[in-house]
Amino acid sequence: MNAPNKSGWKPTMTAAQDGMHQGPATTTGNRALMLEEPLIFEIGHAETTGVDLPEIDPAAPNRLAGLGRTDPIGLVGLTEPETVRHYTRLSRQNYGIDLGFFPLGSCTMKHNPRLNEKLARLPGFADIHPLAPQSSVQGALQVIHELGDWLCKLTGMPSVAMSPKAGAHGELCGILAIRAAHTAKGNPREVVLVPESAHGTNPATAAFAGYKVDNIPATPEGRVDVEALKARLGPDVAAVMITNPNTCGLFEKDFRTIADAVHDIGGYVYCDGANFNAIVGRVRPGDLGVDAMHINLHKTFSTPHGGGGPGSGPVVFSEALAPFAPLPFVRKYADGTYDLVEEEQREASRGQAFGRMTAFHGQMGMFTRALTYMLSHGADGLKQVAEDAVLNANYILRSLEDILHAPFADSGPCMHEALFGDKDFGGGLSTLDLAKGLIDEGYHPMTVYFPLVVHGAMLVEPTETESKASIDQFITAFRSVTERALAGDESLKQAPYYAPRRRLDETGAARKPKLAWEETAE
Amino acid sequence: MRYLPLTDTDRSDMLERIGASSIDDLFVDVPEIARLDGPIRDLPMHASEMAVERHMKARAGKNVAAGDAPFFLGAGAYRHHVPASVDTVIQRGEFLTAYTPYQPEIAQGTLQMLFEFQTQVARLYGCAVANASLYDGSTACWEAVAMATRVTKRKRAVLSGALHPHYSEVVKTMAQFTGETIADAQPSIQTEPDLEGLTSRIDEDTACVVVQYPDILGRISDLSKVAEAAHAKGALLVVVNTEPVALGAIKSPGEQGADIVVGEGQAIGVGLQFGGPYLGLFAVRNPKHVRQMPGRLCGETTDAEGKRGFVLTLSTREQHIRREKATSNICTNSGLCALAFSVHMTLLGEKGLRELAAENHRLACHAADRLAQVPGVSLLNDAFFNEFTLMLDSETWGGQSAREVVRVLADRGVLGGVSLGRLYPGVEALQQALLVAVTEMTTTQDIETLASELEQLVQEAAQ
Repeated sequence: MNAPNKSGWKPTMTAAQDGMHQGPATTTGNRALMLEEPLIFEIGHAETTGVDLPEIDPAAPNRLAGLGRTDPIGLVGLTEPETVRHYTRLSRQNYGIDLGFFPLGSCTMKHNPRLNEKLARLPGFADIHPLAPQSSVQGALQVIHELGDWLCKLTGMPSVAMSPKAGAHGELCGILAIRAAHTAKGNPREVVLVPESAHGTNPATAAFAGYKVDNIPATPEGRVDVEALKARLGPDVAAVMITNPNTCGLFEKDFRTIADAVHDIGGYVYCDGANFNAIVGRVRPGDLGVDAMHINLHKTFSTPHGGGGPGSGPVVFSEALAPFAPLPFVRKYADGTYDLVEEEQREASRGQAFGRMTAFHGQMGMFTRALTYMLSHGADGLKQVAEDAVLNANYILRSLEDILHAPFADSGPCMHEALFGDKDFGGGLSTLDLAKGLIDEGYHPMTVYFPLVVHGAMLVEPTETESKASIDQFITAFRSVTERALAGDESLKQAPYYAPRRRLDETGAARKPKLAWEETAE
Repeated sequence: MRYLPLTDTDRSDMLERIGASSIDDLFVDVPEIARLDGPIRDLPMHASEMAVERHMKARAGKNVAAGDAPFFLGAGAYRHHVPASVDTVIQRGEFLTAYTPYQPEIAQGTLQMLFEFQTQVARLYGCAVANASLYDGSTACWEAVAMATRVTKRKRAVLSGALHPHYSEVVKTMAQFTGETIADAQPSIQTEPDLEGLTSRIDEDTACVVVQYPDILGRISDLSKVAEAAHAKGALLVVVNTEPVALGAIKSPGEQGADIVVGEGQAIGVGLQFGGPYLGLFAVRNPKHVRQMPGRLCGETTDAEGKRGFVLTLSTREQHIRREKATSNICTNSGLCALAFSVHMTLLGEKGLRELAAENHRLACHAADRLAQVPGVSLLNDAFFNEFTLMLDSETWGGQSAREVVRVLADRGVLGGVSLGRLYPGVEALQQALLVAVTEMTTTQDIETLASELEQLVQEAAQ
């Protein structure tokens, strides 16, 4: 294995450790630092609490309309030391970026700077109420406006909606603005065109907005089939939704041609910005004819993924769609003050706003983190981010293409992610087996079985925050597991061996769903 | 650049392996028209940690934090004490920097937490099953309406006039596109909510009735009659809760017959954060409805060695499998906020939650009585939990609206509540109403300060 550092040090793997050697079973089920942990309901009690509060005075009067709780809720409590230990033990059964390389394609698992966390917790940001008088939250409105301005400049777009709560929510915002714009012209139209390589949220969003979804095929080189798309264009087409760079990891070089053709039939161009990290600071989507694009602040701008959210999905708009963007939004005045434009100013400011997407103004906690990240990098640093992300991905592509099927290796450079397939695996082994083998090697696997256009797809996104040594070590490990897969190494079918759990029975989980803990009868 | 590990030597070595002469070679597919000759203009260059901190602190310093003033705001976002250990747990890198648990063998921490969270939420709501969270209460409210239309195959939703107006606005926004008919109303300024008016609007085409509990004016009323009326017409009862602490003191919506219970979880563990990220809670009373639920669900199973483990399950409802036929387009949920909620709830437990709720109610009763002594101020509610509506008598207040009063209070350093005029601009009947929320964070001194400032203001108004 390549040494992960300059000194050449690497751990030794002795013969005893090699293979299936297991020590004796332990009484506790623990294995030294790997500690098993029960559910809180199995260790907590209704009468235990980790918070000191005044005892309830049963004689105190109440004004609860006779609806006071009489039966137990069924919650349990733990003291603070027990709570901290419970969650610390759980945390150690998780893989995170802080622990190691996490090349999950299309998810942009880059380092989350801790300065972001620190500044988001300033009481002036974390402890302010969304409906506070606007004179008391000028700094917060300024941050939202400032972040919006960065997003507009980075994308070359004139307008932005900040309230969407995540990428899929941003997609919805964009498509609803498109539908509102068509409706204002008298006809919402019927169809949204989506390439077959698109992320599942794209068709789900278009269908939600009341559109029929037509799939557009990809060319053998992994890009949108422009001729097929043009042939499908007509007065019934409301919009196309295209991811650029696309989910095969390629830049859609004909994007501008597609955009012009869509505009010619009176349609709009939605760009899924999930892969913006590849081009941030280097290419402005506005120069390519985009009308709406969401930006996942939790991908490109490093806000933490948190085990599945919260995300944040602001949407930039072209002049044509800007009037339809949702409420509320922040407005800046010449004297340097800000206000929040809500429903009461709808007529005066943005009369065609399609409505409201969420109770308040968006993910403020993510805005402070993303702005901190942008200020840290600056225009020069962000350009370097895109370049290093693309460099790392191409390096991986060219270091593995001799051994692993890379369906689009001849289509030119990849962007920020490299795509492989499971062709030629022996012994009935599949992508899943390779992924589980990588877990044993200490990696979080890449995205698997997406995009759907490649058999056994493996989408590897290294991001720019990995060192060359880290990537070299990954390549070595990936090659060795790939060699085992090609050779039909049966042992991979049982992998992972060394994770906190072996393969889990997902079929059984779905057949008889157990979705909440219940006391078992003694 | 402190976040970028590649050195220039690394870069040239890597370009060589790739067979490219420069980084520009890797961007050849970008058309001429979109190529830039350098960093994007009109933006600053990179900055040190110290400089960025200075920049952001200047902005934070312009805001009045809730802890810096007597504070009485609620209306869907509540300020509660968050124990120190909650933030310690959510800042552990294994939680903070993990992804959605697609590889369950190395994500048991997140998954077990979600299973515990789902159980806590289901029990709090009096339901059978809760999901792994949605974005926030307002989007969860819309998802509940959408789910009710799937279950009943009807397309009409009746919204209570006392549902948070921003929630109604979200529902109406979405329904314009999906074709549901939304029958909404405005709150009537009455001691008790107009349940008869609400139930009279339910008909044979109604998919669901949506009721907030406690409602936007802080009122509490028996849900079982609404449940009966809804069920009699084959409709579902959707109950929205924006203050989960209340459910430590009052009966759960589930035990009163609610079919879908949704809400905002922010009050427990998450903090105010100017409106986001928050935590959408979603639960159903009837386990048969599980397959119509939106969002992620975590379930128990076993691994190949027979050990208990957890996985995301029933994903055939979801967009990454079903694409245009999914129950919702949601992908990311609010995982880290769910963790914060769950840790805080574990610290509280049954005993702590009940005591917290009792303390909130005790202080709110005290505040309501004290504030109602201010000339020209009266208490609307008979019943409330920790938030109530004050009516400012227009004549005594010299024609000042509650909204104007809130602004003047802010200038005097008191964050005195949320005016209904802010929430319902232009609705004449609501302009004199002021919503006041009181939590365990409110001191009796804060209450006294608000009361005396109001007394001062009303005196000035009379002159």
